Amino acid sequence: MTILGLTLIVAVGSFGAGLLGSLTGLGGGIIVTPMLTLLFHVDLRYAIGASLVSVIATSSGAAAAFVREGYTNVRVGVLLEIATTTGALVGAALAGFIPTSALGVLFAVILFWTAIRSLQPRKEHELLTTPDKWSVRLRLDSTYPTAAGKQAYSVQNAPGGFGLMFIAGILSALLGIGSGVIKVIAMDRMMKLPFKVSTTTSNFMIGVTAAASAGVYLHRGYVQPTLAFPVMIGVLGGAMLGARLLGKTDTTRLRQIFTIVVFIAALQMLYKGVTGSI
Amino acid sequence: MSSPMHQPDAGPSDHAVEQVIGRLLQIGVFSAAAVAIVGAILVLIQHGSAAPGFAEFRAAPAHLTSIGGIIRGVREMRSESVVQLGIVLLIMTPILRVAFTLVAFVLQRDRVYVAITSLVLALLVYGLAFGRI
Repeated sequence: MTILGLTLIVAVGSFGAGLLGSLTGLGGGIIVTPMLTLLFHVDLRYAIGASLVSVIATSSGAAAAFVREGYTNVRVGVLLEIATTTGALVGAALAGFIPTSALGVLFAVILFWTAIRSLQPRKEHELLTTPDKWSVRLRLDSTYPTAAGKQAYSVQNAPGGFGLMFIAGILSALLGIGSGVIKVIAMDRMMKLPFKVSTTTSNFMIGVTAAASAGVYLHRGYVQPTLAFPVMIGVLGGAMLGARLLGKTDTTRLRQIFTIVVFIAALQMLYKGVTGSI
Repeated sequence: MSSPMHQPDAGPSDHAVEQVIGRLLQIGVFSAAAVAIVGAILVLIQHGSAAPGFAEFRAAPAHLTSIGGIIRGVREMRSESVVQLGIVLLIMTPILRVAFTLVAFVLQRDRVYVAITSLVLALLVYGLAFGRI
């Protein structure tokens, strides 16, 4: 195959990943690396570099809209970015020492977990307005737009969320993913932010988290421009189309398809990791 | 930042800051993509029929791995360096967003968040500028 041929099929595959990722809300980054390594036999390090670049593109593109609509809690985002960027730099440091087979197994675990999580229905928890020590001190409480007007909410357990964000940062760097699933759990479950605020603030932070490790990987030569380009353009294009279609299409069936794809990718990554062929 | 309960004592409103952040992210992504597309067209014209070598990891050349090297590569009209410049602009987009947020917190005289944002910015700049941990 030539560079032109590979550029085209990688762009098409990444477009599909970006489209499914944005329509299901699970992010395309999680399947870009498995696609590159399993289907196109790209070295895991190049795949992670390219995936991180695409994660920055989609996160920044989507965050541009969400921030202006007033969903994103910028203070919560900036505070937790200390944890995610530190985690990302730690992860990037560790990446040089962890064998690729172990990374393959770790990736499989995260993929299995994502597949299981995507099958569980989302439940909106009750919003709390009881003040919390950390939330008051750091002025984290805010409001967000709802159908019934602006709704106030109070932020709980900031230290717990901070700790989980550190782990999200490490995983983002090690695997080249946005770690959106973990970020949402930290904010939705632990810090009790409204679901829409959790997802948009998570998205807001993903670009910064990925930029921390992408900078390091650029120096290490993980970012191959000829490979990263079609991935970035493909995922970005797919995500932009997905954002337009959202609300007009029934995503139940798409979620099922995406879950199956993630599950198959998990099995293959596990096999490749265990046999050391990655 | 979007809370009317905590209007800043000074400087721009949280809402105004959010509008600028949104616009900044948009401009960053589109300019990065534009530069990368120009570079990629050149790469495909010059090397499109060559065989890709991504199956095995090799030490990447200097014109792709440091900011200075990439800029030299662009001056020497290396098409791959132009694509990489687009990717560097993309990596810089969230970093510039953090830098702008820092300026906003300075104007709002929010000391705690000036400190928090400075720390995040320092970590990001360190990663991109030096890449050594």
